[in-house]
Amino acid sequence: MTDHSALLHETLAAIAQAGDEAALESVRVAALGKKGTISALLATLGKMSPDERRSAGAAINALKDEVSAALDARRVALKSAGLQARLEREALDVSLPVRRAGVETGRIHPISQVLDEITAIFADMGFAIAEGPDIESDDYNFTKLNFPPGHPAREMHDTFFFAPDDKGERKLLRTHTSPVQVRTMLTQKPPIRVICPGRTYRCDADQTHTPMFHQVEGLVIDNSATLANLKWVLEEFCKAFFEVPHVAMRFRPSFFPFTSPSMEVDIQCRRSGGEIRFGEGEDWLEILGCGMVHANVLRNCGLDPDVHQGYAWGMGIDRIAMLKYGLPDLRDFFDADLRWIDHYGFKPLDIPSLAGGLSGS
Amino acid sequence: MKFTLSWLKDHLDTTASLAEIVEALTRVGLEVETVEDASAKYKGFVVARVIEARQHPNADRLRVCMVDAGGGPVQVVCGAPNARTGMKSVFSPVGTYIPGKKITLAKGVIRGVESNGMLCSAAELELSNDHDGIIDLPEDAPVGAPYATYAGLDDPVIDVALTPNRPDATGVAGIARDLAAAGLGRLKTQAQAAIAGGFDCPTAVKLEFSADGAKLCPAFALRLVRGVANGPSPEWVQKRLRAIGLRPINALVDVTNYITFDRGRPLHVFDLAKVSGALSVRRARAGESVLALDGKSYALDDGMVVIADAKGVESIAGIMGGEHSGCDAATRDVLIESALWDPSNIAATGRKLGIVTDARYRFERGVDPEFCLPGAELATRMILDICGGEASRLTVAGDPKKPRRVIDFPYSELKRLIGVDIPEDEGMAILARLGFEARAGKVTVPSWRPDIEGKADIVEQIVRIAGLSRVPVTPLPRLNEGVPAAVLTPLQKRTRLAKRTLAALGLREAVTWSFIAKPAAELFGGGKPELALANPIAADLSDMRPSLAPGLIAAAERNARRGFPNVALFEVGQIFLGAGENDQRIAAAAVRRGLAKTRGEGRHWSGGGPVDIYDAKSDALALLASLGVAAGAVQIVPGGPAFLHPGRSATLQFGPKIVAGWFGELHPQALEALDAEGPLVAFEITLDAVPLAKARPTKAKPRLERSEFMPVQRDLAFVVEERAPAGDLLKAALAADRALVVGAEVFDVYRGSGLPEGRKSVAISVTLQPREKTLTDAEIEAVVTKIVAEVEKRTGATLRL
Repeated sequence: MTDHSALLHETLAAIAQAGDEAALESVRVAALGKKGTISALLATLGKMSPDERRSAGAAINALKDEVSAALDARRVALKSAGLQARLEREALDVSLPVRRAGVETGRIHPISQVLDEITAIFADMGFAIAEGPDIESDDYNFTKLNFPPGHPAREMHDTFFFAPDDKGERKLLRTHTSPVQVRTMLTQKPPIRVICPGRTYRCDADQTHTPMFHQVEGLVIDNSATLANLKWVLEEFCKAFFEVPHVAMRFRPSFFPFTSPSMEVDIQCRRSGGEIRFGEGEDWLEILGCGMVHANVLRNCGLDPDVHQGYAWGMGIDRIAMLKYGLPDLRDFFDADLRWIDHYGFKPLDIPSLAGGLSGS
Repeated sequence: MKFTLSWLKDHLDTTASLAEIVEALTRVGLEVETVEDASAKYKGFVVARVIEARQHPNADRLRVCMVDAGGGPVQVVCGAPNARTGMKSVFSPVGTYIPGKKITLAKGVIRGVESNGMLCSAAELELSNDHDGIIDLPEDAPVGAPYATYAGLDDPVIDVALTPNRPDATGVAGIARDLAAAGLGRLKTQAQAAIAGGFDCPTAVKLEFSADGAKLCPAFALRLVRGVANGPSPEWVQKRLRAIGLRPINALVDVTNYITFDRGRPLHVFDLAKVSGALSVRRARAGESVLALDGKSYALDDGMVVIADAKGVESIAGIMGGEHSGCDAATRDVLIESALWDPSNIAATGRKLGIVTDARYRFERGVDPEFCLPGAELATRMILDICGGEASRLTVAGDPKKPRRVIDFPYSELKRLIGVDIPEDEGMAILARLGFEARAGKVTVPSWRPDIEGKADIVEQIVRIAGLSRVPVTPLPRLNEGVPAAVLTPLQKRTRLAKRTLAALGLREAVTWSFIAKPAAELFGGGKPELALANPIAADLSDMRPSLAPGLIAAAERNARRGFPNVALFEVGQIFLGAGENDQRIAAAAVRRGLAKTRGEGRHWSGGGPVDIYDAKSDALALLASLGVAAGAVQIVPGGPAFLHPGRSATLQFGPKIVAGWFGELHPQALEALDAEGPLVAFEITLDAVPLAKARPTKAKPRLERSEFMPVQRDLAFVVEERAPAGDLLKAALAADRALVVGAEVFDVYRGSGLPEGRKSVAISVTLQPREKTLTDAEIEAVVTKIVAEVEKRTGATLRL
């Protein structure tokens, strides 16, 4: 029995020393290649007697198997080490800042966000969104709404006017979205349920007034709508909008030319710091005006006040946005200061829904 | 409208507390704005006597006073120079809140001497600015009495905000009537008996109006009281006038002011000695003017009504008297005027002259015609009582009587409008307490309520007095059972979608003014006379905007000047093409300034740089895609409006006729005109102009067609003339074989060495999509040859080899 242990040790040592796949390959060729040491041993088997061959063959094949296994193991080890080295070379600096995605930096203005919230609530109650032009006639902005001639609101110090046209008619910038109510009543048959959001204008500029602001009005006309229903609509709206389970509202008699009875509505709240909490507290905060549509307005819009009846209300979108989200200064709404928009604006995909909660996360 | 609690109680017999009264006022529609309760403010302050004032042992300027404030002697250290033994002053013990100093007084040790309170100056009580010494009260001031009570400051002043429909509540008596109706007591206003008068009024009154002007002065009553002594009015009158912020002048004037507030009935008094001849009530004549009681001269016109004598205008009717014939201490014979004026004429005159007076405030709301003569009687009574004298008979020109309005009022109207029943006897009792007379379905309106015109107004009276809280909260039934239907119009949906899309691109939403400066409007195609405001609030907010871009550019510039030069802003809102009701459009626009590129803002290690038109184009196309415009449906026509860089701008069109918008870099001159700096790119798309997709009968999407065979890509580089649009190369490549070529993109544009002067290399990648079988090399070659030929033919390019 020939002793192959020297060859085995020598080959295994060579395998262990092979530093890369090419070196390993030459070791393999030297051992198992056509002219390799182990191949040479295998070649000697042919000349042996069957008995010799049986014992020597087993030994040589064992030697070959052991060397092959060592080669395989070394190959795997070398490959793994190579990959490891490549990965180390490929390391990147994860601390480098990346570009911020548009969905991260973009912002929706609070007015748009709040309008979407209002829309979600009233759409559920079956209200459509009615819109109309900002440039209105005196007739739609005042006369049809039962403003008497000479009413102070019709003066230049309150209302923005344009120069008279050929017919001597003076157009104006609507001072409320009520002309949209007029347009709706003139073109649609009751039952009517609409809200009228939009830009409105008054000659006013100080700390709490801007010459342009946003209003949303509501109108319900059918043949049974009562003040009691109006209370319900407003209460449901306030609960949904301010996202509180309960609100206390106070209806105070008031006066508007286009409604009778007319009311102003206060909502109960607690002020602490810059924050207002609704549904609790001792303070009352005025948030809207409302009333039963005046018989003259119905008549002016072609409806018979003894047949049709309804109610209307109006509130400032900017104002309720300020109240809900704690925005301190109306003037900032129209200044487009990036810092303000980034801070008070809403993320692009924070889309208000009743299912998900109006103000999202 | 201000009044004091004691004044109210002249007219209202009540046991209600101040808090109950305040609550009731707001509840019935007389909204309480403020209540100044001085007795609360001066809680703790009492009248005290200085038993002894001696020098402080350790301070030259301080005194140590022993004070008797009604209890045992109290030691106080006082710095006032006028503190002296025996004087009476106002003392505040430890724990008192000092309004003038906004502190609560604590026990102190001053230079080693204990001080247990304070002797107060007028400034410390916010009574005046006098802080030189402590208040020096008369010798008879009662020690220990609350100072507010002693000084008559304990009558709370209530200020209510009146709605313009309530002239009746411009007098304390009218307010008392509402409170009595609301169950807070009994109205006890006394009727004024007529005073016979012993002689005829020597001054005649003529109403000089043409027939159409008669309504300007329905009635004018005049009476002389001769032999009066016009000194200061009594303390109780002065105190009330002062409490509501009026300055007492003299008894005659104070009486008119008093009745103005007591009854909502303005009056005027003339000094007979200064009136020449008869009084004419007439329209002012052009060129006339009058020196009014406020010391200012007013130019009048024939829209205004005056009271004139032989020498000229003596008074602006219903607004303000003239300086010349006013009453002063020397007045011996006084003419009392109580007249009725046309509310809208008074309002117009007051506005035109810029005069706000208590008289105008009442006349423009409409004073009670039936109190015209009683008002004169009441004034006469007060003047006789205070100033003495002898009254003439009352001269009345015109007729104050006006028929009372009668309204058909079926009681069922109440429930029809408010949704709940209030018992009829209760409702009728309320109306009666408010002065309405109801009989057999008809309601007669009292003379002091010109605002009551119809059934709903009567409902309002009942419900406001009965209490709006009695109206229940009743659900509004849904019009349709089940899940609510969608309500937004296509344009409303687009508006919302446009905002969300642009925000998702990293743009911040701005809301800018609808009006801009005229030069900016003109620059952007607007500035029509019909869109210019007649009364802009500022010169740079004068014209309705024809585009959102000027407002956004101005906003970007503002941010840059605040130190934020990289700005990406958008707005979706109205623009104005004309003043007609169909001339308004909804536009979406964005500006990018500085380094605010679509891929990210600011300098960055990964690259960046200034904004360019491709940022604006990218925003515009992303918006169109989100609105459902198919890729390739919009034409990008080089060149745009004049405010854009002519070589760096394009118009977005749907066919030759529909121009939907533009994108590009701002023209340097446009930026200069807007006082803004670039680099700045922008786009604007009119949402109304973007064609809507055709409505389809179902929501099912068309079948997806996808090939079983792999697409093949080939890269081709062309050399082409510098100005040739790369888009033309792509169009030509796509047109070469419409079935096979499904895509073409530019992946490189190269200029420089190796190319002839004036030419550039455009490398494109075309995608071939086999549909029936895999393409052979020969087939691919054939298509590529066709593409090259088509591109060369259409664009003059040559294949770069």
